[in-house]
Amino acid sequence: MEPGLYHILFLSTALFFIGVYGFLTRRNLITMLMSIELILNSVNLNFIAFNKYLWPNQMDGLFFSLFIIAIAAAEAAVAIAIIINLYRSHNSIDVENAEDLKY
Amino acid sequence: MNGSTIIFYLLAAMALVFAALSVTTRQIFRAAIYLLFTLISIAGIYFWLQYEFIAAVQIVVYVGGIVVLIIFSIFLTQQTGEKLPKQKTDRKIFAGLAVFAGFALTILQIYQHTFFETDESAITPTVQNIGTKMLTVDNGGYALPFEVISMLLLAAMIGCIVIALREKKNIEPQRQEDREEHKRIV
Repeated sequence: MEPGLYHILFLSTALFFIGVYGFLTRRNLITMLMSIELILNSVNLNFIAFNKYLWPNQMDGLFFSLFIIAIAAAEAAVAIAIIINLYRSHNSIDVENAEDLKY
Repeated sequence: MNGSTIIFYLLAAMALVFAALSVTTRQIFRAAIYLLFTLISIAGIYFWLQYEFIAAVQIVVYVGGIVVLIIFSIFLTQQTGEKLPKQKTDRKIFAGLAVFAGFALTILQIYQHTFFETDESAITPTVQNIGTKMLTVDNGGYALPFEVISMLLLAAMIGCIVIALREKKNIEPQRQEDREEHKRIV
């Protein structure tokens, strides 16, 4: 069967929910960040697939993916700065310890 | 079944298998490496779709930037060779159930929906077309988001420096203690 839009949508849905599973089960902040990256990637794949198969006369999906990649990079950098700061004060990066951040 | 189809299925299977390994493995460094392979497979799918520019951006930003950042932060925060603690079984089961239900619902919705394609002629997403579109201020141009994203990146950079900066108060007493200890030893 020739792969088309539905195949890519299946792939991106599966990637999204694998990321959600990781986000729900992991308790380490860095692995949770990795799950978020998986989720963002599946969204990018969706945008590109819709652009390629449904609206090939425009390039809006491509630009949305580009901007999502840029925002993901900024988000990862800020998250890792916060994680390293948390590690300095608590010597661990579990989410249970992150509650203390608000005090 | 031609070559292109086989390549697509191969890339898709690689992406899914490595993603699943990345969220289930108990060694955090391996999780980062599996994530790297997933991202490369997704870049391969972009190449397969003939969106070469976005594939190149994916490799440069994700593989070259974010994964390296994650690996560095693992080095900084993790005792090497130590496994992550085991997750509770009931949490795993409930997460698996929730994820499976969401997946089934979404797939059902997707396969029941019919998508309509346009008949207009396609534009090839060459770098020239992308660059022209990105810097146009006319209707449908992306000049404003482009500028906003540059401001966002600058703000994120400054924010990271401020957050990760060591507080000076904590260092100074430490140094004085070190000096006193040094004197005592001498």
